[in-house]
Amino acid sequence: MAACSVEELLAKAEQDEAEKLRSISVHKALDLEFDVGNLLACDKNPVESRSFGAQKKEDFLRSLARDNTQLLINEVWKLPTERVEQVIVAKLPEPTTPLPREKPPPKAKPPTKWEQFAKLKGIQKKKKTNLVWDETAKEWRRRWGYKRVKDDTKEWLIEVPETADPNEDQFAKRTTAKKERVAKNELNRLRNIARTQKGKTPGVGLIPTAQPSKDELNRAVSVAKTSTASAGRFQDRLPKEKAPRNTGKKRKFEPLIGDFSSEKHKQLELLKLMGSKRPKLDVTKAVNKQMREEDREEAAARHRKGAGKKGRKGNMSGKGKGGKGGKGGKGGGKPGGKPGGKPGGKPGGKAAAGGGGKRRSKAGKH
Amino acid sequence: MRPLTDEETKTMFEKLSKYIGENIKLLVDRPDGTYCFRLHNDRVYYMSEKILKLATNISRDKLVSVGTCFGKFTKTNKFRLHITALDFLAPYAKFKVWVKPGTEQSFLYGNHVLKSGLGRITENTEQYQGVVVYSMADVPLGFGVAAKTTQECRRVDPMSIVVFHQADVGEFIRNEDTLT
Repeated sequence: MAACSVEELLAKAEQDEAEKLRSISVHKALDLEFDVGNLLACDKNPVESRSFGAQKKEDFLRSLARDNTQLLINEVWKLPTERVEQVIVAKLPEPTTPLPREKPPPKAKPPTKWEQFAKLKGIQKKKKTNLVWDETAKEWRRRWGYKRVKDDTKEWLIEVPETADPNEDQFAKRTTAKKERVAKNELNRLRNIARTQKGKTPGVGLIPTAQPSKDELNRAVSVAKTSTASAGRFQDRLPKEKAPRNTGKKRKFEPLIGDFSSEKHKQLELLKLMGSKRPKLDVTKAVNKQMREEDREEAAARHRKGAGKKGRKGNMSGKGKGGKGGKGGKGGGKPGGKPGGKPGGKPGGKAAAGGGGKRRSKAGKH
Repeated sequence: MRPLTDEETKTMFEKLSKYIGENIKLLVDRPDGTYCFRLHNDRVYYMSEKILKLATNISRDKLVSVGTCFGKFTKTNKFRLHITALDFLAPYAKFKVWVKPGTEQSFLYGNHVLKSGLGRITENTEQYQGVVVYSMADVPLGFGVAAKTTQECRRVDPMSIVVFHQADVGEFIRNEDTLT
């Protein structure tokens, strides 16, 4: 009984042991692939469709998950462990499975204007050493940067070019040129930034170019005009200057059926303004008036004379002196001769006094 | 259709004042009701408030004409008077030219008025002054621009141009399809 019980006990203990082991050791036809760093296990064993039946599906999946998790945990237990504050901690190795990143990859930095140009032309960047051997100073000098600019041992004398103005300060010229280059570079840098951010380019005014076009100058003028404290409101227009186009201003119109009386009032105001602006003295009008008056006077004079032809001739003879008297006398003599019949006496009288000739001939008529 | 902007109003008034001077006031401020200028398809129409309100019932693309067309704005924003404006120019015209019966036809065919065809002309007309052309029976025929002053007209030879043709009532037949 006792022996039997011992055997039984042993058998039971063995069974228990097996049961215990079974709970932690899982048998698989194909070994799982582990990536302990990611706590990942891949089960490549085929799934039996019989066990994947309708009722047993849940049980099967649960047991499969348990088994595989058990295997993963076993793998974790194989790692070196330590105890931190009464908790057993295993250090996971580096993950081997490459996982895609959560965020999209960062965009490439947009190329600057120069980089675009260089790419187009195939210009490649050459690495230059910063230090260069200076033959005269017999030492290594920097190409740029520290102690490069204010090096007064270099070029303490500049030859004045033959074409240049001898009184010009070449050193000052050089410094201003440098300053301008720096400023231009800064401007280009800002414009590169602005271009990448799709903002407005800072150079809206007159950008320094060799030959600014008419368009650029126009834009510069309009920008300069609006760059006053009152945004160009009180800026006068040049005589033939046109309003700048494409300023981005939206057209705004009055409503079709609005305030008719105010519309009328506005138009009357405009008419009043137009009337007041007319010049007081119109030269052509004045000249015309003068001409008309002269015409009238002439006509009146002709009328007064009665017989036009005679009067005119008398006038002409009046202008001429002495020698013409004979001619005038002939003309004057004809009409005078008819009534009086004294041709000899009149010409002499006319030649003596030009203006008086008219009156006398008239008198002769009567 | 929309009201004219200040700029457009000024351009149009300047052109109108060449023909009727300050009489534009009588067009703007009328005792017999409210009249206004409206722009539609670059053309300026003169109409009463009542007609305007009726015209709003018609969609923009279907509206061909409303009221009286005075003229149109060119693409360069200049204003050109049309012959349809003659009804309003003729009664207020400050400077007139009468053409002889024989020249009437020539003028109505779109020719300039020569000295030989000139019947009468308003005294004091300046050069390039806008004038309204009448027949000797005082029927308005069109309008144009004086090529010579009244003084010069007396002196020039009969074949020289006295009035430049701008518009005449013959256009109602000649340009029937484009006049609105």
